[in-house]
Amino acid sequence: MNILVCVKRVPATTTRVAIQDGKRLNPDGVEFVVNPYDEIAVEEALRRREAAGTGKVVAVSLGAAEAQKELRQVLAMGADEAVLLLHADAGFTDAATTARLLEAEARRRGPFDLLLFGKQAVDRDQHGVGPMVATRLGIPCITEVVKMEIAGGKVVAEREVEGGRETVEAPLPCAITCQKGLNEPRFASLKGIMAAKKKPLETVQVDLGAAAVEVLAMTPPPARSPGRIVGEGAAAVPELVRLLRNEAKVI
Amino acid sequence: MSDVLVVLETRDGAVRPVCHEVLGAARRLADASGGQVLALAPETCAPDAAALGAAGADRVLVAHSARHSPDGAAATAARVARERGAKTVLLAATVRGRDLQGRIAAHLDTGFASDCTGMDVQGPVFTRPVYAGKALVRVKVNGPVAVASLRSNHFPPAGRAATAAVETVAAEPGTCFVTGAATKSAGRPDVAEAVRVISGGRGLGGPENWRLLEQVADAVPGMALGASRAVVDSGWRPHGEQVGQTGKTVSPELYIAVGISGAIQHLAGMSSSKVIVAINRDKDAPIFQYATYGIVGEAAEVLPALAAELRKLGLQ
Repeated sequence: MNILVCVKRVPATTTRVAIQDGKRLNPDGVEFVVNPYDEIAVEEALRRREAAGTGKVVAVSLGAAEAQKELRQVLAMGADEAVLLLHADAGFTDAATTARLLEAEARRRGPFDLLLFGKQAVDRDQHGVGPMVATRLGIPCITEVVKMEIAGGKVVAEREVEGGRETVEAPLPCAITCQKGLNEPRFASLKGIMAAKKKPLETVQVDLGAAAVEVLAMTPPPARSPGRIVGEGAAAVPELVRLLRNEAKVI
Repeated sequence: MSDVLVVLETRDGAVRPVCHEVLGAARRLADASGGQVLALAPETCAPDAAALGAAGADRVLVAHSARHSPDGAAATAARVARERGAKTVLLAATVRGRDLQGRIAAHLDTGFASDCTGMDVQGPVFTRPVYAGKALVRVKVNGPVAVASLRSNHFPPAGRAATAAVETVAAEPGTCFVTGAATKSAGRPDVAEAVRVISGGRGLGGPENWRLLEQVADAVPGMALGASRAVVDSGWRPHGEQVGQTGKTVSPELYIAVGISGAIQHLAGMSSSKVIVAINRDKDAPIFQYATYGIVGEAAEVLPALAAELRKLGLQ
């Protein structure tokens, strides 16, 4: 089974966001990691290849030169080869631009039986690259998957929706975007880290083209007005309920 | 004049109420340019023409498809947008809306803005959170059609006296289909959509203490249960309840955080809530800096008192 897994270098979720030039994240002092949902996609790719016994896992990332670190990590987890679609500004692209470049790479290196993505990147939170790539390739896509089975050329997947779960079926080749709960991503072993140094990591310079979504401004969220401690222990409860009902009017 | 297309979300043959807020936003946008609001149900349903009209729709288009197909629905929406010359396509920022927005944008060769919390009709320019709400961006879609999904609890329905006209349109074929659905038996709203949320963290001591949160939630109509990442990672609660950067981002009217210290990745997911209540034994917990009201105390002591006090109100 040949699998393409798409990953992104993102700020760790512990990052305190500082804004630069009124438009983007100031990267000074920020720790970057593989997008947590993409790690789930990598894990799923490795398990599927292991279960099939044949095929390869190709990891691709659109990123700046620094993203080689994240691709090496994915190789250390067990991916067979990696491609960096290189552009200095690639960490800030919109989903449509990213999808166009990933689609071209998927066509160049394919065909793939399965394309795996994180359900969203935890920086721009667009939730769109997986379904956009699939639509552009003309293949089905199941998003936010928490459970999946592949048998007889068909994927049967479960996804969590508001207040319940849905089962979705699609034929292969198929794109899947991975949600927390699908699996528990492995840590790279020392052996994996050593092996990753010898695995192919190709770099391809790309042209981002015109942005499909233009960021006019980035601002901090509105500051919250300071609150107050109502009191201590159960004795404070009647006053809290009175405030919620009469002052805040939320119950 | 430019028309606005709203892609409705149906479940069990009915339009989900979260779409009414999207129709309200669409109405504002259409009124600013003298256009119409078209509401597309991508699969067979019995639309309430009066309710959808009141929320803002001029016409409801029902595509006849026996079950939801993600790629089929997106193709239908893109075709209708093209046929009717809609310049904006709006959806609810739900699991389904997020699933469709990118596909529709790909068909229309344009970009999209996900999870918007504000909209300026000039442009239109959308405001949306990034880094799970640690920053906001104002964005403009540069393509031929602007596609956007809108968060619940941010856009009011139009609330007008009008009934929508209903017509039928053809559905595009799909390759993947929803073949089954299961509803959670608890009967509580989903944490992402609820107007009131009570969340628990490590400070509750263990999963067996969630009954204390449930007792509070039972006393308040429409209150959902949430959880911190720490307790989800410990297996105390399901992933679907996690609030924060690798969980759900919520902005309810009332958010009660119990035994949650306030790690930055949790704060990112809930700090846009209207009113935040923190209950924590540690008076120095960061959560108190974000809380509208705080109580310093043990969850096991405060929660039963809170449940009792709320029950006295007899909320319906």
